[in-house]
Amino acid sequence: MSTQPVSHSEASPVNGTTSVVPFIALAVCLIVGPSLIYPVFLMKALCFALFACAFNILLGFTGLLSFGHAAFLGMASYSSAHAAKVWGLTPELAIAFGTLVAMALGAVIGMLTIRSRGIYFANITLAFAQMVFFFCLQAKFTGGEDGIQSVPRGSLFGLISLKSDMAMYVFVAVVFFVAFVMIHRIIHSPFGQVLRAVRENEARAISLGYKAEQYKLAAFILSATLAGLAGSIKALVFQLASLTDVTWQMSGEVVLMTLLGGVGTIFGPAVGAFVIVSMENYLAELGSWVLVVQGAIFVLCVMTFRRGIVGTASYYWNKRQQG
Amino acid sequence: MFEILGITSQALFGQLLIGLINGAFYAMLSLGLAVIFGMLNIINFTHGALYMIGAFVAWMLLNYLGVGYWWALVISPIVTGALGVLIERFMLSRLRDLDHLYGLLLTFGLALIFEGLFRQKFGSSGLPYRPPAELTGGTNLGFMFLPNYRAWVISFSLVVCLGTWYAIEHTRLGSYLRAATENPALVQAFGINVSRMITLTYGFGVGLAALAGVLAAPIYQVNPLMGSNIIIVVFAVVVIGGMGSILGSIITGFALGVAEGLTKVFYPEASSTVIFVIMAIVLLIRPTGLFGRSS
Repeated sequence: MSTQPVSHSEASPVNGTTSVVPFIALAVCLIVGPSLIYPVFLMKALCFALFACAFNILLGFTGLLSFGHAAFLGMASYSSAHAAKVWGLTPELAIAFGTLVAMALGAVIGMLTIRSRGIYFANITLAFAQMVFFFCLQAKFTGGEDGIQSVPRGSLFGLISLKSDMAMYVFVAVVFFVAFVMIHRIIHSPFGQVLRAVRENEARAISLGYKAEQYKLAAFILSATLAGLAGSIKALVFQLASLTDVTWQMSGEVVLMTLLGGVGTIFGPAVGAFVIVSMENYLAELGSWVLVVQGAIFVLCVMTFRRGIVGTASYYWNKRQQG
Repeated sequence: MFEILGITSQALFGQLLIGLINGAFYAMLSLGLAVIFGMLNIINFTHGALYMIGAFVAWMLLNYLGVGYWWALVISPIVTGALGVLIERFMLSRLRDLDHLYGLLLTFGLALIFEGLFRQKFGSSGLPYRPPAELTGGTNLGFMFLPNYRAWVISFSLVVCLGTWYAIEHTRLGSYLRAATENPALVQAFGINVSRMITLTYGFGVGLAALAGVLAAPIYQVNPLMGSNIIIVVFAVVVIGGMGSILGSIITGFALGVAEGLTKVFYPEASSTVIFVIMAIVLLIRPTGLFGRSS
C-alpha cells in the first residue's frame, strides 16, 4: 500500500536505548497515585491501560486493526470470575486461567483471521467478537444479562487477603508495571523489529526470509493474552464479570483510547485509557452524551490529531531537540 | 397442513417469512455497503446509524409535519442521502490519501455521535409507526397468512436491489462507476469528475440505508438502537458475500435471512450465531467470500 500507515514510527525510538526515566516516573505515579486518587478508579484505569497497551501491540506495532478485542477481555473476565467464584481458586490461579482462556481464544481467532488484512481484518475480527458475545449471552455459566456477581477477591497465594482496596491496588499496580515493562521489552526485541518490518512493508519482510504470517499470528496471540490478563484482573477488582466487557462498543472504546493517546507509542495507550476512563467517570450522569463526546473525540482524532497525545508531545520534543 | 420433524407448516412458513423480511433488510444494507466499498474502499460503519436516521426521519415527518408513509419513502432517503453527501464532502474526502482504516474509524465515531444524540432525544425504547392504510390486513394463501405490508417490503426491496444491480452493471453511468473503481486517475483524465462521483455514490449508498430504515419502521419499532443491532450482522453478511460484489451482497443478504429463519425453527438457540458460524466456515474455505475477487 502506498498510503500512509496508521502509526507514526517517529514517535518512539527504534533502538533499545530508551532512557529509564519515563519508567521511573511511571513507578512514582503508581506509588503516589492512591494517596491522591480513589484506588478503585485507579485500578479501573490501570486495567483499561493494560488492555489498550495490549491492543497497541497489534495496531501500533504490527499494523493490524482488530475490531474485536473485547472478546478477549470479556471471555477472560468471565473465565477468571467463574474460576474464583465456582471453583474457589486463589486469585493468581483464577487470573492465570482467564489469561490462558484468552490466549487459546486468540490462537483460534488469530488462525482464522490473520490471512486477511486492512479493512477485511477489522471486519472479520469484529464478526468473531460478536460470535463470542452471543455465546456469552446464551451460555449458562456467564449468567446472561446478570453476569457473574460478587466474585470473591480471595487471598493471594492463599496468604495475603486482597479484600481491602489498598491491597488489591498494590497487586494490580505491580502486575501492570511488570506487564508494561514486558511489552516495552518485546517491542524492542528482535521479534518486535520484525513486526515493525512487516508493518512497514510486508512483501519486503517476506522476501528477506521472515515468515510474516507467523509473526503476525504470534503478535495477535500475545495481544489477546495480555488483553485477557487485563480482563481477568478487572473481574476481581470489580468482583463482577458482565456482558459490557464483550460488547462491540468495548472493542471500539479500546481503539479510541489507543488513538487518542497515540498509536504506536509505548505510553500513549495508557494515557488515552486514563483520559477516557476519567471522562466517563465525570460524564456518567449525563447519560447518552457520553456516546456523543466519545464519537466527537474519535472524529477529532481522525481528522486533525492523528498522532495522539503522546505522539504529538514526542514529535514536538524531538523537533526542539533537533532545532 | 403437514409436519416435518414435529414442526407444523405454519411455524415453518412463518419463520421463513420473517427470514425473508430480515433478508430483505440485510440485502439492502449490504448492497449499500458494497456500493460504497467499491468506490471509496472504506467500510461504512455509520451505515447502521443512517438506517436508523432514515426510520426516524419518516417518524418525524409523520408526527411533526403530518407527512405520511408514501412521501416518507421518497423524502427520507433524499434527506439522509444529503447528510451522507455532507459527510463525504467535508470529512471522508479529506482522508482519501491516508490509510483506509482512518475512514473506518471516522465513520465509527460518527455512528457513536448519531446514536448518542438520538438516544438523548428519544430514549432507548421504541416508538410505534403504523403501516400505511393501503397495506394493512393480509392475504390468506391457504398454507399461511401473509400480511400485506410484509409482502410489499419483500417485493419492493427486491425491485430496489435488482434495479441498483442493473444500473451499475448495465448502464452507461454504471460503467463510469465501475471504471472509476478500477482506475480513478484514468477516468478523471477522460474528463469525468471522479471526486463528485465518489461523493454521490456515498450519498446513494446512504439513501439505500435510509430507504431500508423507512421500510423497517412499521415492522420493528423506530428505535435509536436499531442501527447498531443490525449493522454487525450486515458486516458478517458482507464478509460472507465477498466485499464489493453487488449481486453477491443481494443474494447472500436474502439467503442468510432465510438461513437464520430456518435455524429459528429447527435449533432456536443457535439462531443469533448461525450467520457468524457460516462466516467462519466460508472464511476457511474461501477467504475472499463467496462472490469476492481475490485482492
